[in-house]
Amino acid sequence: MRLSSHLPIIVILIPWITAYIMPIIGYKWKKWCNSFAVVALALSFIISLILARFVLVNGPMHYYMAGFMPPWGIELVVDYLGAYMCVVISFITLLVALYSKEYITKELSEQRRPQYYTLLLLLTGSMMGASVTGDLFNLFVCFEILSISSYALMSITGEGKALLAGYKYLLIGAIASSFVLLGIGHLYISTGTLNMADMFVRLPPLYSSWTVLAALALLIVGFSIKTALFPLHVWLPDAYTNAPCSVPVLSTLVIKVGAVAIIRLLFNIFQPSFVINTIPMTAALSYMAAIAIIVASLFAISQTDIKRMLAYSSVCHVAYVILGIGIGTELGLTGGMLHILNHAVTKGCLFFCAGAIIYKTGIRNIREFGGLGRKMPVTMGAFTLAALSMVGLPPTNGFMSKFYIALAAMTAGRPELAIVILLSSLLNAIYFIRVINITYFGIPEEEIDIDEAPPTMLYPIIMLAACCLILGFGAELPLTILRPAAQALLGV
Amino acid sequence: MEPVYSIRPALAIVISLTCAGLIGLTGKRHRNFREFWTLSAAVSKYIIVISMFPLVYHGGEYIFSTFEIIPGVGFDLRVDAFSMFFAFLSSFLWIVTSVYSIGYMRSLHEHSQTRYYFSFAVCIASTIGIAFADNLFTLFIFYEMLTIATYPLIIHEETPEAMAAGRKYLIYLLSASLFVLLGMVITYSLTGTLTFSNNGILAGHGTPEMLKTLFVLFIIGFGTKAAIMPLHGWLPSAMVAPTPVSALLHAVAVVKAGIFGLIRVIYFIYGTDLMRELGLGLPLAVAASITIIVASLFALAQDSLKLRLAYSTVSQLSYIVLGVALLTTSAATGGIIHIANQAFMKITLFFCAGAIFIQTGKKNISEMHGIGKTMPLTMICFAICAMGMAGVPPMAGFITKWYLCLGALEAGQPIFVAVLLTSALLNIAYFFPLIYNAFFMEPEKGAKKDNDPTWWLLLPIVICALASIFLGLIPRAPFTPLRLASVVVEQIMGGLL
Repeated sequence: MRLSSHLPIIVILIPWITAYIMPIIGYKWKKWCNSFAVVALALSFIISLILARFVLVNGPMHYYMAGFMPPWGIELVVDYLGAYMCVVISFITLLVALYSKEYITKELSEQRRPQYYTLLLLLTGSMMGASVTGDLFNLFVCFEILSISSYALMSITGEGKALLAGYKYLLIGAIASSFVLLGIGHLYISTGTLNMADMFVRLPPLYSSWTVLAALALLIVGFSIKTALFPLHVWLPDAYTNAPCSVPVLSTLVIKVGAVAIIRLLFNIFQPSFVINTIPMTAALSYMAAIAIIVASLFAISQTDIKRMLAYSSVCHVAYVILGIGIGTELGLTGGMLHILNHAVTKGCLFFCAGAIIYKTGIRNIREFGGLGRKMPVTMGAFTLAALSMVGLPPTNGFMSKFYIALAAMTAGRPELAIVILLSSLLNAIYFIRVINITYFGIPEEEIDIDEAPPTMLYPIIMLAACCLILGFGAELPLTILRPAAQALLGV
Repeated sequence: MEPVYSIRPALAIVISLTCAGLIGLTGKRHRNFREFWTLSAAVSKYIIVISMFPLVYHGGEYIFSTFEIIPGVGFDLRVDAFSMFFAFLSSFLWIVTSVYSIGYMRSLHEHSQTRYYFSFAVCIASTIGIAFADNLFTLFIFYEMLTIATYPLIIHEETPEAMAAGRKYLIYLLSASLFVLLGMVITYSLTGTLTFSNNGILAGHGTPEMLKTLFVLFIIGFGTKAAIMPLHGWLPSAMVAPTPVSALLHAVAVVKAGIFGLIRVIYFIYGTDLMRELGLGLPLAVAASITIIVASLFALAQDSLKLRLAYSTVSQLSYIVLGVALLTTSAATGGIIHIANQAFMKITLFFCAGAIFIQTGKKNISEMHGIGKTMPLTMICFAICAMGMAGVPPMAGFITKWYLCLGALEAGQPIFVAVLLTSALLNIAYFFPLIYNAFFMEPEKGAKKDNDPTWWLLLPIVICALASIFLGLIPRAPFTPLRLASVVVEQIMGGLL
């Protein structure tokens, strides 16, 4: 029982501590880097599951760092949303680590591999930290760690274009961080506290203050950049296109953590009634997201590079999450948060497949994909399934989140948002079915002799593809934790 | 009667999916083995379906329930009389079509046959799933599966023309399914359930304007698959598919899935009383009538046999819509019975078109002089079913027309009788020139005598043609579609026949 009360810190510390040991292992025993990372992440996945179960049974957990009570000490709050995010993050990063074993040998030189795993673990720890922290400044610190490690991961290949894209990401990300820091400063000056729960109580009398309103604006903009909400998404396509395919999978988690930060800001720091009714922040977000969904889909249609197409698709789908949050009802939040998992699983599968194709053939242009369906049946089968899930066809998981968000929009009396969601699935169909068509029915330009990707790459792909179906039929599974999460956030 | 909990409904779906898997694994190398899977799955599925027939025929139900997929709505299967009607028909015709497919694909040495049989099996699994779905959500899952699984069959030739047809098909049907989805979301938000009920579930919810809008959404959604004009555009272009596909999918499975969904919405989501109260039947009946006449006129103008049959399908499908939209017992019986009657007759016509193409290479009607003399058996069957379409007794089509006309009079709308009679005339106008050419013109020189196809192709044709005579001659024999349709109508309207 004593150990279980320390679980919140253990789950963050495992990846962080192993991240610091990783360079030593990389220096001494290069071969063991991957296994070490896999074991660490598997451990944190298991602990996340235990944590999620614990939270489901006993309610949210509070952990006071070093025993100092809030508001003086730093507090970790593993609520329903936090536990859910820990499971999602550790599950996907575990698969990324498995997948990287073979994949990374082709993309990175031997010296860079330990760096890659170090950054991967650092990123994982900070993402989980950002999801479970109860302290606003701590949130900022975690965000800095995860941003810096993702800048580095984006340009880890060291090629010119990747460096440039990473630099662009760094510049825009730094602007975002300063917005966030400025916002936190404003809030600290106004309330004299950094603890979220404390702030929640102290803020209502100050709602008319311009300082507080400015802080809200600054924080929303800062986190929107991290979330790549259109039109603040400009860093994302370039960064995704030039990074190794496993990095965008991590980055889909990064942008989701940005969405979680927005949720925390709107519902855990400010009061739901304030951001929904007094200043219609959520309505504004939902319309931004609606525009983002349509525009990003249109951008994705015009791409020929598979990675770039998937990048724009990510911009589109993270906007689904924001749209769900923006509806501002219990059902909307549930649907939005459900899409965090569903999109991570599905887009992970798609990027893994793209990675496998590039690993085997080096082809990135969609038009040259002809005949791949026969050469790599398992990979392309998984790709097809995941693509149909992105389009939102039943019985895949993408359909379930689409259904819930559309249902939320309808019950909230905002049918225009439901129509946007449905229209977007049509646009998604255009660009995904084009790829499927070429792979199965296109004629290869030249006969290339290739077979399936190696098993360490294939298993994560199969696992995620299976998850697309399992979560389609079993959407109730994540929803058991998401329903109380939404209720807790809205305070009902 | 107490419903029976049984695994059989699920088994009927799983067996085709397993068959699809086995076909994929067996592949091209053991093609006889592959075809064995298709045939054995078809037969065993039919046996499973027929084993549930007696109980359902006497008003019972089979239920197979699994887990909740959204609150209040499970991934559940239920076999009621209407499910049985559709499932019985499609599983029987799957056997016939499988036999025909084997003959057809081998005669033409088609490529990618494994993909073809695989998709076919998935299509049938989805069709049975649609038939057995207990709620709109489950139905929608299988409905979308059917849309996707049909796509590889339409673009089978992989020519630019086929790809264009496939694209058109996907655009039409995926857009349409969004309307269904929107309708489903609205229904769920109004009532909190999606389970079909004999009295409808929407009564007492929402404003009349809301319900009318919702109805339009559903009609657009399911009507596209059912090829109601002006949403029929995909069906004629989809005729580039191999003939067995056009036969089973575009005469029975796919288009009838749309009709089936439509009927589920009209009678099991809205319910007869609510439909009457809102006055939704008449506009739909008018739309169906327009489709019946206009599609027949289009059919007149086609020279390609398959295209003419396609427009004839569009026209005939709207008979069913007209029947159910009139909301009287006789009309509904006529509409539902036409699901079976049209299926048997149209599948024969398509089979004949395929046989003619294989034996002579001809696709256009203007080239088919004297084929009645060289392919007598095929063309006799063709003539029987063509006349049946026009409603000539004693073929099955006559029974439909009789009930529909009766229903139109019951509803106090004699104008629809005129529509039906006009359509019969138009049917004669577009089928008889072909029959005349086939039997009374001399064949071109050098045409082979006794050119009837192999029994792989001929047997399905003869069976279906005989069935359509049988259904017209003794429609009220026990266990016929008409009796089953009466059970359905009795359940949804409470009226007796």
